[in-house]
Amino acid sequence: MSAITPEIVAEHGLNPDEYDRIVNAMGREPNITELGIFSVMWSEHCSYKSSRRHLRKLPTEAPWVICGPGENAGIIDIGDGQAAIFKMESHNHPSFIEPYQGAATGVGGILRDVFTMGARPVANLNALRFGSPDHPKTRHLLSGVVAGIGGYGNCVGVPTIGGECDFHPAYNGNILVNAMTVGIADTDKIFYSAAAGIGNPVIYVGSKTGRDGIHGATMASAEFGENSEEKRPTVQVGDPFTEKLLIEACLELMATDAIVAIQDMGAAGLTSSSVEMGSKGEVGIELDLDNVPQRETGMTPYEMMLSESQERMLMVLKPGREPEAMAIFRKWDLDFAVIGKVTDTRHLVLKHKGEIVADIPLGPLVDDAPNYDRPHEETEKQDVLGPDSFTAPESNADALRELLATPDLASKRWIWQQYDHMVMGDTIGRPGGDAGVVRVHGTQKALAITTDCTPRYCKADPVEGGRQAVAETWRNITATGAIPLAITNCLNFGNPEKPIIMGQFVGCIEGMAEACLALDYPVISGNVSLYNETNGQAILPTPAIGGVGILTNYEQRASIAFAAEGETIVLIGDTEGHLGQSLYARELCGREDGAPPPVNLSAERRNGDLVRGLILTGVATSCHDVSGGGLLVAIADMAMASRIGAVLDYDRGGVPSYAFLFGEDQGRYVITTNSPELVLEQAAVDGVNASVIGVTGGATLKISEFDSISVAELTQVHEGWLPAYMAIP
Amino acid sequence: MKPAVIVFPASNCDRDAAVAIEKICGVKPLMVWHGDSTLPDVDLIVIPGGFSFGDYLRCGAMAARSPVMREVVARANNGTPVLGICNGFQVLTEAGLLPGALMMNAHLKFVCKDVALKVESNQSMFTSAYQTGEIVTYTVAHHEGNYFADDATLDQIEQNGQVAFRYLDNPNGARNDIAGIFNKERNVLGLMPHPERMIERDLGGDDGARMFESLVASL
Repeated sequence: MSAITPEIVAEHGLNPDEYDRIVNAMGREPNITELGIFSVMWSEHCSYKSSRRHLRKLPTEAPWVICGPGENAGIIDIGDGQAAIFKMESHNHPSFIEPYQGAATGVGGILRDVFTMGARPVANLNALRFGSPDHPKTRHLLSGVVAGIGGYGNCVGVPTIGGECDFHPAYNGNILVNAMTVGIADTDKIFYSAAAGIGNPVIYVGSKTGRDGIHGATMASAEFGENSEEKRPTVQVGDPFTEKLLIEACLELMATDAIVAIQDMGAAGLTSSSVEMGSKGEVGIELDLDNVPQRETGMTPYEMMLSESQERMLMVLKPGREPEAMAIFRKWDLDFAVIGKVTDTRHLVLKHKGEIVADIPLGPLVDDAPNYDRPHEETEKQDVLGPDSFTAPESNADALRELLATPDLASKRWIWQQYDHMVMGDTIGRPGGDAGVVRVHGTQKALAITTDCTPRYCKADPVEGGRQAVAETWRNITATGAIPLAITNCLNFGNPEKPIIMGQFVGCIEGMAEACLALDYPVISGNVSLYNETNGQAILPTPAIGGVGILTNYEQRASIAFAAEGETIVLIGDTEGHLGQSLYARELCGREDGAPPPVNLSAERRNGDLVRGLILTGVATSCHDVSGGGLLVAIADMAMASRIGAVLDYDRGGVPSYAFLFGEDQGRYVITTNSPELVLEQAAVDGVNASVIGVTGGATLKISEFDSISVAELTQVHEGWLPAYMAIP
Repeated sequence: MKPAVIVFPASNCDRDAAVAIEKICGVKPLMVWHGDSTLPDVDLIVIPGGFSFGDYLRCGAMAARSPVMREVVARANNGTPVLGICNGFQVLTEAGLLPGALMMNAHLKFVCKDVALKVESNQSMFTSAYQTGEIVTYTVAHHEGNYFADDATLDQIEQNGQVAFRYLDNPNGARNDIAGIFNKERNVLGLMPHPERMIERDLGGDDGARMFESLVASL
């Protein structure tokens, strides 16, 4: 075993101080395998060393939360003895290197996080961000990521029911691929990762272990006495076929009572899974690495422990249950191997070829992980810009036509048509609406699920942006009629060692926490992705939020499509014509300055609760929240979805029409109804601003007496941009 | 009615097919594992959609050689109705029960959307509840749905009236806009679109339900 030199320490991404902590924890110098294990467990990805102290500020509790952050995924109670289990995770760096496999394995990983807890995955979503459409790599990355997400999700047979996709030059060197999975389990059949039962067998199932994705593959091989494997791509390769078998085999075994604990092998594979299981259970784990199913010959303990081969799980079984478990995995043609046992030592002990090759005390490995309070600098507040700061368009119809064909607002049909969004036969709210809706199989319940974030707001004002991201998902769910229950998140930021970036992170967390508290909408799982920078250029702060809500009776729900002609259109919420940080400002005026629109959380809640009530009582016949692009874009979305036009007639109360129509004031919804008096009455009782702004009907969106555009033309420009863009070789 | 749904590794519309059969036909189908070499006494065999064997080698190629398929082929040849949906259609062509092959979509991408189909003939136990010439909406979700047969085979299929469904707006480049075909005896139907996904309004439509109603009526 070669001695650990400062160079080796540095190559493992550890600083000298961190190495001293390791020596301290071990009571001796670690060997290379032990160092490798510490390095991954203490990596930013696994230890959250820059973010941990701030993540604690997020509210994580509510009466319906069964399990908050800390397990593979979070769990909420959805009634009738059923639970929804979900999480979102990033796969940014690998997707930039190899978009198809990077995105595919991102989907695979998040699926495992969910079914490892006993849930059958019922929906996938994603949040994607790419560089400027003009950037030479964007087309290739977009097409690869979409194909990868589809290739994996379609094969495993889980519908991909929603997502978002934005473009900005800040992502030119760092795209974001965030994937979310939601699963359903019975509350009495949930599986956790804490190992228990001294002497119980530790089982490895799934694919074999290879040298793919080994951390430290960039290290000089000489120091490990290995040959030139370091050239191997560090991006893992996914096999959705095996994943599908793994889902079925695990769920089949979970229907018995043979499993004590189970954990998927995600980042840092065998290392993180065995460490998690041992430390959570406050026990020791002893593994005999000779029994690990291997795809390649001559693998070292270091390589086996750090491999990130996909589609693998680790579990602890009750004693004597191995034969029935093995029969299930054999039926599904998957590897099944007893590779160790639970011990009372609270150490992770690894044996290889008859020798002990690692012996690490789990307490210090987990508890002594660095926990940094990095300096953070508040983002300077920007001026609130009034409507007069922006030029008025020639005509509002022209501005709408132009906006609907901009990359962020253009239809993403080209993307979601490549995802099977109907498999499993329960998708009743397809992509393209405010939230995807899937029924809870065999019940009257359904889940409304969405992902959202507005990074340009977060950049301009992290606290406001954090609030808005949470509120926006709450709104998306509310607009279907569902009650928002909880969120997961994927916090994508630049280099936390820069105070301004760390300040963005801290600010977004603060805003998110406020919104979660005000809306009774806790965080139950999540993931942090830092160092999204290339050549010192950071991405926009992007705290992507995945929200889940419930419809207790899916018959009572709304979609964004106008329900019929001749219905009254009502705007709910206050409109001041806030154009700062709007898409109108960016796309039509070429400006990215000004403060973002403020979120008033008490109004948010009042407005949303009113709207939900109107949907559940059938008073509101369709509903759409007002977000990027403002009111007129929201109305156009509803018109295009139904192929029904509208005649607008509204009192803008002194706000210039372009600011009224394109301002991005928060907390607003457009609904249609046959009982406008009832809506206005109820709104008045609730203290909510509601006003009639038009009537549905015809084939044209009539914005004013002299300004109109046909719905067919809107659809043509809206649907046209992405296919045309992608058709260019 | 005694239906069976064959389950291959990575079939993923097996449950959807079973749900549709149970809902429309009122009877729970038997779920038969691909590795079984015997098949109970059934009067309808459904090969569901999915990615049997991960679509490795060639879609449907490995599934067509699963132990249970020998029995499926024998039953089909004896007149038992066999319905292959999506991947099931691919399996049936690979098993030689239907002519032609399904190639990669002409645009090279997976496509999931509703498609309008023309019912070419209601003279079969799968389509009797439709009108000949009627336009119906099913959902497609496939990467390899581009139906191909050589000119001679295609002529024969057309002359024999074996085309069951045709796309109005071809989503994959299929020859003659073919979405689904019968065998000559019309007891085997393979089609790319999914009737089982269109069995109720909440899912976007119920045109698919009538395929199962047709089967109920004739079995």
